[in-house]
Amino acid sequence: MDQPEISIRNLNLSFEKQQILKNINVDIPRHKITVIMGPSGCGKTTLMRCMNRLTDLNTQAKVSGNIFIGDRDILNTNDDITEIRKMMGLLAQRPYPLPMNIFNNVAYGLRISGRKKKRFLEKRVEHYLRQVNLWEEVKDRLRDPAAVLSIGQQQRLCLARGLAVDPRIILADEPTSALDPISSQLIEEKFAELKSSYTIVMVTHILRQARRIADHVVFMYMGEVIEQGPANEFFENPQMEMTKSYLKGLFY
Amino acid sequence: MRFRLFDISRKLRNSIHTSWMIASLSIVLLIPLVLTAGLVIKSLPLLEQQPLLTLLFSSNWKPLSGEFGFYPFIVSSVWVTILALLFSIPICLLTSIHLTQYAKKWVLKIMQPVIDILAGIPSVIYGVWGILVIIPFISDHVAPFLGKSSSGYSILAGSIVLSIMVIPFVLNILIELFNNIPVELSEASLSLGATRWQTIKFVVLKKGLPGIISSFGLGMSRAFGETIAVLMVVGNVAKVPTGILQPGYPLPALIANNYGEMMSIPQYDAALMLSAFILFVVVLFFNAGSRLLIIRSGKHN
Repeated sequence: MDQPEISIRNLNLSFEKQQILKNINVDIPRHKITVIMGPSGCGKTTLMRCMNRLTDLNTQAKVSGNIFIGDRDILNTNDDITEIRKMMGLLAQRPYPLPMNIFNNVAYGLRISGRKKKRFLEKRVEHYLRQVNLWEEVKDRLRDPAAVLSIGQQQRLCLARGLAVDPRIILADEPTSALDPISSQLIEEKFAELKSSYTIVMVTHILRQARRIADHVVFMYMGEVIEQGPANEFFENPQMEMTKSYLKGLFY
Repeated sequence: MRFRLFDISRKLRNSIHTSWMIASLSIVLLIPLVLTAGLVIKSLPLLEQQPLLTLLFSSNWKPLSGEFGFYPFIVSSVWVTILALLFSIPICLLTSIHLTQYAKKWVLKIMQPVIDILAGIPSVIYGVWGILVIIPFISDHVAPFLGKSSSGYSILAGSIVLSIMVIPFVLNILIELFNNIPVELSEASLSLGATRWQTIKFVVLKKGLPGIISSFGLGMSRAFGETIAVLMVVGNVAKVPTGILQPGYPLPALIANNYGEMMSIPQYDAALMLSAFILFVVVLFFNAGSRLLIIRSGKHN
């Protein structure tokens, strides 16, 4: 394996005496889709939130360990947190369009980092909306509030919004769980395309989805990583008993 | 057979209880209607004699000669209310943003009862506090500083006391409002590289704007109707105030000071009823407008 995009070392996280993540060591390969899976409440979302430091918002959470992106330890750094977060686009379980029109949703990330030229913004917005196959559907109503879009369109809009700040990594937390099958398929197809230029980390508890798109799998249970590895090995020849029974659907 | 009997009594009991509920519901529903009708009927004698516009915009308040101009009272009410809101808006906004966006959880846990205590203090106590603290402060410091003289009993004193009374009321609405804005929305903004402040400015405040406006609308109707505390510090002189250091005479104070006295003067009763009706309509207007705004914005998002 090449140098991983993200290396997590000895990551522990506790919340009010309850330990949520226990000594996590994970490598996430560059330009591949890494799927983090496991039953509900196993800490997969929390692990993802550590990666872009959204855990900072929760003042009661205690985090220790290292998360390396390249050579930089983003957990223990005095660097500007906004710079770190900009390296990662975030796609949440449900789309949360910002309270503004469609155009401004995509332009938001560019605007707040100081790119305000109208021509530039128009070009970039069109580019990213095309990239998520949304342009044709919204080009005549860019000034409408984003809330009027269907939920599937909103999720693609959120993806475009995340891509617009030019991240290296896409973090997706069950990005299709609120979507209909067709919209889900559009997102999955998009991910398969995007992985040539982005490293994608996706949390899911849908086994079939993981089988469809994963290149690399991290399996978690009760705050621990049970098994991780390339997808074909993981699904064809799991090493741990717990993984085997999970894959058989013995617990969920 | 026994079973059926039991069944009937059960149904009967059910309908009896239901009718109690409907009865109390209709009482609640009827009160505002009866109140409005009462106010209108009572103020009709005056309205039949003089046109409404003259009453509203005349500055002459001489009950003995039958002149009832409400203008000084309306102007006083508007001044006191608007000033009170100007004082309380920044405090409420900044406090609620800090408590919901920046502060640790335990700070909010401590502040919540403090706000409730502020809200629960009887208004007469605020009035006494105004007389003991605000009035001397205005007459000894504020007025000389502005190069004027004032007894302290003034529009300014009324609005300061009022603003403090409005704060807990508006603050509670704002805190709930900001807490109801999904965290995921802020997280989306942060993950795009926005700072905390950019997120608040462009996302949280924007999302909450209709609610913020309507919370101030509700605060406004509250302030407009507040009586005792304002009455105690505002001076109660029936003249159009020309500055904030001058005494004023808001509508609620007019009613509270005069109803039941000098009732032998013709039309006096009707005049006070009309001022009550004006007060009622204004408060209703702000209340309904604010609620409408909340409902509409809720649907839109």
